[in-house]
Amino acid sequence: MPDMRPTKTPVSEQDPKIRARNFDEVTLGYTAEEAMAEADRCLNCKHRPCMSGCPVGVRIPEFIEKVREGNFEEAYEIIKSTNSLPAVCGRVCPQENQCEGKCVRGIKGEPVGIGRLERFCADFMADKEQAVSPAEPNGHKVAVIGAGPSGLTAAGDLAKLGYDVTVFEAFHTAGGVLSYGIPEFRLPKAIVRQEVAGLEKAGVKIMTDMVIGKVLSVDELMEQGFEAVFIGSGAGLPRFMGIPGENLIGVYSANEYLTRINLMKAYRDSYSTPIKQSRSVAVVGGGNVAMDAARSAMRLGAEKVYIVYRRSMDELPARKEEVHHAGEEGIEFLTLTNPTAIVGDDDGRVVGMECVKMQLGEPDESGRRRPKVIEGSEHNLECDTVIMALGTSPNPMLRSATPGLEVNKRGCFIVDEASQTTKQGVFAGGDAVTGAATVILAMGAGKKAAAEIDKYIKAQE
Amino acid sequence: MFKIVKKKNLNASVKLMELEAPYIAAKAEAGQFVIVRASEESERIPFTIADYDRQKGTVTIIFQVIGGSTMELAALEEGGSILDLVGPLGIATEYGDVKTVAVVGGGVGCAIAYPQAKKLFGMGAEVDLIAGFRNKDILILEDEMRAASSELFICTDDGSYGTKGFVTNKLEELIASGRKYDLVIAIGPVMMMKFICEITKKYGIKTLVSLSPIMIDGTGMCGCCRVTVDGKTRYACVEGPDFDGHLVDFDELLRRNSAYKKQEQQHICRLTGGVR
Repeated sequence: MPDMRPTKTPVSEQDPKIRARNFDEVTLGYTAEEAMAEADRCLNCKHRPCMSGCPVGVRIPEFIEKVREGNFEEAYEIIKSTNSLPAVCGRVCPQENQCEGKCVRGIKGEPVGIGRLERFCADFMADKEQAVSPAEPNGHKVAVIGAGPSGLTAAGDLAKLGYDVTVFEAFHTAGGVLSYGIPEFRLPKAIVRQEVAGLEKAGVKIMTDMVIGKVLSVDELMEQGFEAVFIGSGAGLPRFMGIPGENLIGVYSANEYLTRINLMKAYRDSYSTPIKQSRSVAVVGGGNVAMDAARSAMRLGAEKVYIVYRRSMDELPARKEEVHHAGEEGIEFLTLTNPTAIVGDDDGRVVGMECVKMQLGEPDESGRRRPKVIEGSEHNLECDTVIMALGTSPNPMLRSATPGLEVNKRGCFIVDEASQTTKQGVFAGGDAVTGAATVILAMGAGKKAAAEIDKYIKAQE
Repeated sequence: MFKIVKKKNLNASVKLMELEAPYIAAKAEAGQFVIVRASEESERIPFTIADYDRQKGTVTIIFQVIGGSTMELAALEEGGSILDLVGPLGIATEYGDVKTVAVVGGGVGCAIAYPQAKKLFGMGAEVDLIAGFRNKDILILEDEMRAASSELFICTDDGSYGTKGFVTNKLEELIASGRKYDLVIAIGPVMMMKFICEITKKYGIKTLVSLSPIMIDGTGMCGCCRVTVDGKTRYACVEGPDFDGHLVDFDELLRRNSAYKKQEQQHICRLTGGVR
């Protein structure tokens, strides 16, 4: 008989007051006993609704069954067989919209803590020697552009099938958004390094510092003998609002702010990359990236950190857990508020932001109620730093350097149902195709593309 | 890892480094830049490519030791290596159909003005190269610049070598004396480029400037390098680094380049124990 407690087994976390000033991981994860107790809440439904919510098809009830039995290694193997980055997904997936959102236990209480269990299994295995060895080579070469979630997933799956895979990464470190975007306190970089090292053990080659489209073209890769190319170049181009004052000193894109902190380690004394020592920070936007930027600013010592969002708390697109954590850490939510200009002093440094209050009107095409300006609600928000977290678009660099590669009006690569772009042998997936989305959707796209590339190459033989 | 094949002091604070980077050397063109990360804890900093050798597979950067990161880089020796080198980034200079050109370099900017002159001179253009330095002691690349131009004009602020005065005076003097230029290329400190552009605007001569705002990735991802050109925000890393100088908001660029002055001071203090 399963444990019918309506709530998840609590997971221990760093105290909000303490963690708001350090970059250590917020959530500490389950102990073995806690994991087994939580696994006991799973009803092991025959129709497995949770699985339908997983973009990489993790066999959830099966792995949870193994956790319940205390057989953590086998549980991990089940996860790993379809998910190349379990330690990452357990931490950053928006489970409430995916597996846990479909969980039957969620109807009359809280769903099973699938994300926490996945993380537990990955962490349990983290320090165990795993016997990974390259698959038998099949004699075919595939190039992957971008070492983010979609590229790494595609590379891992292709390597398992025996392909000789080389991943080309523009930055000096693999991981994509896992390295430059998601902060240490949510996803420790040691975990990303470990997952990448695991792929390398499985035979994946990673070349960093390679900006494809500049140093080598897609055509040149194909001339070098790569029979197929997977583009997982993400959506790296930051958006600004186009309001006055955005080029003042102290205005950052969230990409820049987070890259300085996460990739360049500006928060550590021994690293040279500078970052502004802010007193009062306004983060514009309501997604996960906005939460990450706001919580990072707090950790860097800001006295006041605001989330400025034009809709209400109910529409915030961020994961619930992140919003909850941000609130606990003292981030103030200024919802139904929209900036109209950023104000600077004589030296061109930010001193405030002009805002208006909004009210929600009729639903727009996204189904969310469209915010409208309230007349006469103009007011000034005092701040010395503004971080724009308004979403990102795909980088046009690769497209403009590659004849035959077509994009839609949002700059996203056009692909057919087999993940193939308008250029033969060139596949794409993740944010480069969908626009900015989630780690797990990008991984799902990488996984699908790997299977399609396998089919494509075998069909050429 | 990228091997330092050659390191040379061009003057007391300006260093030349030739780096082994066959992939980049194969593609590099005048006007493009690379991003260097000297070691694990270093910043990523952009340098315009001063030279490249496709046969040897090397690219050369020339830099002035002005802050903590260039101090770290300068501490590396020939035979050693730098951790990361990314490029070639940015758009190569597009000259158009030009017959007579004035290339103006200021200080260490001459290291970048030189390859532009060399390229244009090699293409058969008439090239006047105006090179400005504070004084004789910091003069660099004199022979190289002479060989890459129809005529080389050296100016020093104190008159210790060449003509006493600024490059702006020299350019205006040449224009006033009847020299006709299809194009002016100005590379150096922001103030110098600003004043050169004020002159050429007056005479209606098209002017290209090479901008080096603060950058991180150099691929359009962070937006840190945004500059205002013709009233629009442009990313110098992917849309530049060359822009029409008559349209650039130099004052904003000057301000943005000073964003981390305070931290830079602290960084140097940490590296040198307060001695500068």
